[in-house]
Amino acid sequence: MAKEFELNDVEVWDGNYAASQALRQAQIDVVAAYPITPSTPIVEGYGAYVANGYVDGEFVMVESEHGAMSGCVGAAAAGGRVATATSSQGFALMAEVLYQASGMRLPIVMTVVNRALASPLNVRGDHSDMYLGRDSGWIQIDAFNAQEAYDLALCAFRIGEHKDVRLPVMMHQDGFTTSHKAQNVYPLKDSVAYKFVGDFVPVDDMLDFSRPVTHGAQTEEDWHYEHKAKQHKALMDSRTVIDDVFAEFKEITGREYKRVESYMMEDAEVALVLLGSSVETAVLAAKQLREEEGLKVGVVAPRCFRPFPYDLVREALDVPSLKSVCCLDKSAPGGAMGALFNEVSAAAYSTKARPMMTNYIYGLGGRDFAVDEAKRIMREQKAHADAGHITTDIQQFSGLRGPKLGFFKTRRD
Amino acid sequence: MAITSIKNLKEFSTNNDRFEGAHLLCPGCAHSMIVRELMNCTDDNLVIASNTGCLEVSTAVYPYTSWDTSWIHIGFENAATAASCAESMYKARKKKGTLPDADAPVKFVAFGGDGSTYDIGFQWLSGAMERGHDFTYICLDNENYANTGGQRSSATPVGAHTSTAQAGSTSYGKKQKKKDMVAIMAAHGAPYVAQLAPNKWKSMAKGFQKALETEGPCFINTVSACTTEWKFDPKDTINVTDLATDTLMFPIYEIIDGHELNILYRPKNILKVEDYLGAQGRYRHLFKSENKHIIERIQKDIDEKWEFLQRREEARI
Repeated sequence: MAKEFELNDVEVWDGNYAASQALRQAQIDVVAAYPITPSTPIVEGYGAYVANGYVDGEFVMVESEHGAMSGCVGAAAAGGRVATATSSQGFALMAEVLYQASGMRLPIVMTVVNRALASPLNVRGDHSDMYLGRDSGWIQIDAFNAQEAYDLALCAFRIGEHKDVRLPVMMHQDGFTTSHKAQNVYPLKDSVAYKFVGDFVPVDDMLDFSRPVTHGAQTEEDWHYEHKAKQHKALMDSRTVIDDVFAEFKEITGREYKRVESYMMEDAEVALVLLGSSVETAVLAAKQLREEEGLKVGVVAPRCFRPFPYDLVREALDVPSLKSVCCLDKSAPGGAMGALFNEVSAAAYSTKARPMMTNYIYGLGGRDFAVDEAKRIMREQKAHADAGHITTDIQQFSGLRGPKLGFFKTRRD
Repeated sequence: MAITSIKNLKEFSTNNDRFEGAHLLCPGCAHSMIVRELMNCTDDNLVIASNTGCLEVSTAVYPYTSWDTSWIHIGFENAATAASCAESMYKARKKKGTLPDADAPVKFVAFGGDGSTYDIGFQWLSGAMERGHDFTYICLDNENYANTGGQRSSATPVGAHTSTAQAGSTSYGKKQKKKDMVAIMAAHGAPYVAQLAPNKWKSMAKGFQKALETEGPCFINTVSACTTEWKFDPKDTINVTDLATDTLMFPIYEIIDGHELNILYRPKNILKVEDYLGAQGRYRHLFKSENKHIIERIQKDIDEKWEFLQRREEARI
């Protein structure tokens, strides 16, 4: 039996260590992993638990991230709890198998520490890897700080392994700003955490030979479409399970999570929509602007990136006073508007107020996003609101050196 | 481990139906013979992983399956990883007491064609061998990407015509030597490595059993004659395979613990390679006068390899 890990009521953990503790407490059967900055400490932390008797399961250090996710799929099909961790290039190398894992309906949990994608090579945090996964059929949940990285990793097992879901789950946190920043974290005791996560219940278990199963069959035009539609339905239907798991987690811990977090939106005239560790920056900026300048600023943060909470985003933005919304994308848009802008705009289109929508690209490759920058963008939204039209290009780049870069003007005829 | 008795071929071929006859492999394809031999040589429970390839696309087209045992396919390159990590899951669940039947012996086997073994899945196979999982990897080596219409792989021999290494007015087909996968796997220190052929079905079954019995990662390269891309009549699969083993184009041997080499079949009459090449359309162009030197080169390579294997066997080191 695995030893109990003595924990204080309050620990000082960074996001990586918080995630690795959650993996330990879930008593995973197989972790197949490969190290990559900035998520390496999750794997190293887990390795230390293995070496010191805190884990009963197998720890398989494979030869690549593609191998890591392949190993997770093989292990998960053999009927046990499976998890891994990765970032950036490793995530990109896994891309093929991410689709296979979700298509085979295997509830793998992956803690992703978000990092930029090369080229140029960059180890710092942005959301390029998270965005790369957005069509992969995984549930994607976003933690904004180390406490959330711990809490949501525990929730991820409950959500993915739920009998009505049976899908893999990514638990995201921002590289370095969350993963390497130590802060107070309130952990659960091992027994309480495991009771919350629960025993793994195998489905279509390859090690149950009384009922042979074929995993990973081929379908062509006759059945592929139905399979993918069914998979999409399972992903969409996971929304209520996510809500239930968050509600149960609140009962145990008092910490409340929602698929869309919304701050000071009740009377907001302008709003920022963004993801990850920048949410706390934006909330602080909004509070200060409300106090210092009387600007009615709100912040909306989709915690659940997939399934995208279209209805809850619409609800959050359906505020009669709301005039201008800026969506901030921390990923190189590659010849389009930012992905968050597109999805949030789609939701905002059917609100009554139908606010003006603008897009900022920011923070690529770990470029700092500070309170002053958030305030500047908020004031710019206020200028749009006062003018009654978008006074800048619709898509702009924040914090970029050199001449101002922007694209697309509002039609005003 | 329970071993099914091997008395005669008829009994051996009918005593187990975990690989169903209703599959989509070409008539005359040697893959099904090899797979049946593997599944018939043991009574143990089997978890089988397949790389993408002829075997996979022909045996698991929804809503049908030919596998009356646990089976998994992920992608082109990663069956070794799937099988090896399923084995890790078995170990974890055995320790935790969560297996449905903890006492029943389970064997883990991965199948791949030569394309997925020698080329695209090389890294995944190497990783799984190095990690020392208790599993057996079997390569169904038909020396080309047969599933996609016969492109060259690094297992394609010198002089063979493939759709991406064509014979033509300025080309005699593939110019590069076949990769020596058996040696590479032996160099991993694998406890059991062998090259086997379905015409020598007794040695093949024994080799499979040895691999399944041996704890640790084992690798077997099997010769799988391809009626479609080697271009011979489907009824001649075993005849062509006989020529492969009797010309020593495919010597049958095993390597134990990375060094102890045993030759498992010595032809009474070693045939000239022309007999083997002449039986297949993919080598037809080699019989043109301008390409005769290629046949000489192939024969020379065979002779040297046979000499090497015999010396290695004698050395007992």
